[in-house]
Amino acid sequence: MALLEIKDLHARVGDREILRGIDLTVNAGEVHAIMGPNGSGKSTLAQVLAGRELYVVTGGQVLYQGRDLLELSPEDRARAGIFLAFQYPVEIPGVSNMYFLKAALNTVRKSQGLEELDAMDFLNLVREKMKLMEMDQTLLNRPVNTGFSGGEKKRNEIFQMAVLEPRLAILDETDSGLDIDALRTVAGGVNALRAPERSMIVVTHYQRLLNYIVPDFVHVLSQGRIVKSGGKELAVALEESGYAGLGIEDEEEALAR
Amino acid sequence: MTVALAEQTGAWLAEFTSQPAAEPWIRELRDAAFQRFSELGFPTTRNEEWRFTNVAPIARATFGAVKPERLLRVPAGVARLTAADGEARVHLARYASMDANAFVALNTAFLNDATVLQVPKGAVIKEPIEIDFQIAHPGAAHPRILILVGANAQCTIVESYSGTGRYFTNAVTEMVAGEGAVIDHYKVQRESLDAFHVATMQAQLGRSANFVSHNISLGGALVRNDVNVTLSEGVEATINGLYIANGTQHVDNHTVIDHAKPHGTSHELYKGILDGHAHAVFSGRIIVRQDAQKTDSKQTNKNLVLSDDAVIDTKPELQIHADDVRCTHGATIGQLDAESMFYLRSRGIGKNEARSLLIYAFAQDVVDRVKVPELRESLEGFLF
Repeated sequence: MALLEIKDLHARVGDREILRGIDLTVNAGEVHAIMGPNGSGKSTLAQVLAGRELYVVTGGQVLYQGRDLLELSPEDRARAGIFLAFQYPVEIPGVSNMYFLKAALNTVRKSQGLEELDAMDFLNLVREKMKLMEMDQTLLNRPVNTGFSGGEKKRNEIFQMAVLEPRLAILDETDSGLDIDALRTVAGGVNALRAPERSMIVVTHYQRLLNYIVPDFVHVLSQGRIVKSGGKELAVALEESGYAGLGIEDEEEALAR
Repeated sequence: MTVALAEQTGAWLAEFTSQPAAEPWIRELRDAAFQRFSELGFPTTRNEEWRFTNVAPIARATFGAVKPERLLRVPAGVARLTAADGEARVHLARYASMDANAFVALNTAFLNDATVLQVPKGAVIKEPIEIDFQIAHPGAAHPRILILVGANAQCTIVESYSGTGRYFTNAVTEMVAGEGAVIDHYKVQRESLDAFHVATMQAQLGRSANFVSHNISLGGALVRNDVNVTLSEGVEATINGLYIANGTQHVDNHTVIDHAKPHGTSHELYKGILDGHAHAVFSGRIIVRQDAQKTDSKQTNKNLVLSDDAVIDTKPELQIHADDVRCTHGATIGQLDAESMFYLRSRGIGKNEARSLLIYAFAQDVVDRVKVPELRESLEGFLF
């Protein structure tokens, strides 16, 4: 059984239809890259999978571990092992990173029938994962993402992913706003989490990230549909010819004309 | 109109005349106060100061007298005075003005067994002074507090109000800070949800005093807090407030920060969390007198509105008569941030817990300023 099966998925925000029939199957252990120009629906797909209520699913089906994913609340999806690394991680002043992550981890563990971690075990786990992400430990005591640099926010996302150990990780433009060193660190963190039972969907505009996180499959999204799928070589071909080489333009540009 | 006024005050007259005997000067004070109350009557919404708060439910009701249970914790080094003491006589009822405030007049008309405490010059009192009023029966109570803090003395004061059932608390607190005194004052209002609570706090701050007021309002059906602070030269005043209201609760906070002398600093932060059909009022007046050059004053009122039916009226009022000053003010009214909710939920945190977490986060900075550990813990408990 596939881990994730997306069948003819349609979604809109307001009056605007953004996803217009997505089909995608992700098996355990696979890494799928979703590429596409701005406005093609990449981020929408990521957010719909995580359960963002802003988007209304108007058709199609998503099965996760054989269950109807669209029925589940965002928290139940997270508890079932889905993790979205946000393109724009949200700042939450007043809630410490430590408190937030401990609450998240223990809810997820509890729902999976595991024992909650006490403060000591939690701290040990967190220290180990922070080392992996080359993160400064003082970030733990700061409010969630508040006052973090762009790079720190993205690292914090992957760090959370490392702590929560999801079955399906969705990385939404994790490379945006990162310099090359930060990109290497973040990609290193992601690669360390690759495992036979863990699948990933890597949403990106640029091929650059895929030099570091090498995908098993690459899909090109345009106007809410997957228009081309292939192996990692597709990303390289895209890098050379650009989206225009496939006859694809930025949605905004197309709209502007 | 006159008839209505007579009806209002008439109901209080019997209680007024049947009060226990007192020192002659107290009797005179009571008489003058009752006279003033009779002239003023209860305010109506035509009075600008009471525009958003209708006290008709109090004016129309008839209250017998009720004596609140008073739990006092007076740490060593703090003196408890009686009305017979000269110091009490010098200061009592000198600061909280009953010229325009009928509730202060009414409280003064029922002046009896005031709580008068004195912190001697230079004394550093580590343990908090605790004054706790609890009411378990219907009726009206008029708690009165006077706290005299000597020059360079330091203390923490926790005033709390709670009870069960339908009653009316009409409290007045006067505080006098000597030169260089450092005071951390807490007022915690946790009245029953059927109770009326009207309270005036008047702080008279001497030169270079440092005063922090925390006004925490959680209970009560109809609540009005007046927090009035008068600053002498070089005073630093921090005026914090947190109000949480749900159901049909009405909570009105009026603050007046009077910069009477130069080089005063005031920082005011009032935060409100409103749910259900609650109605909150914030009115923050800052007066900078002509003499009060180099005043630095900042006022912030932030409201988190959790339902479509909750209402907040917020109004800053700056009266600036000096030219070399810095005064800023700002008010916000917002809802729980949908992005933040989704972020928390996407990590497995349930909807209700995510909501509590964000509400707690909103109040965090005010709660963090509470330095009395038991009080901070109980507030955190209330918020979560």
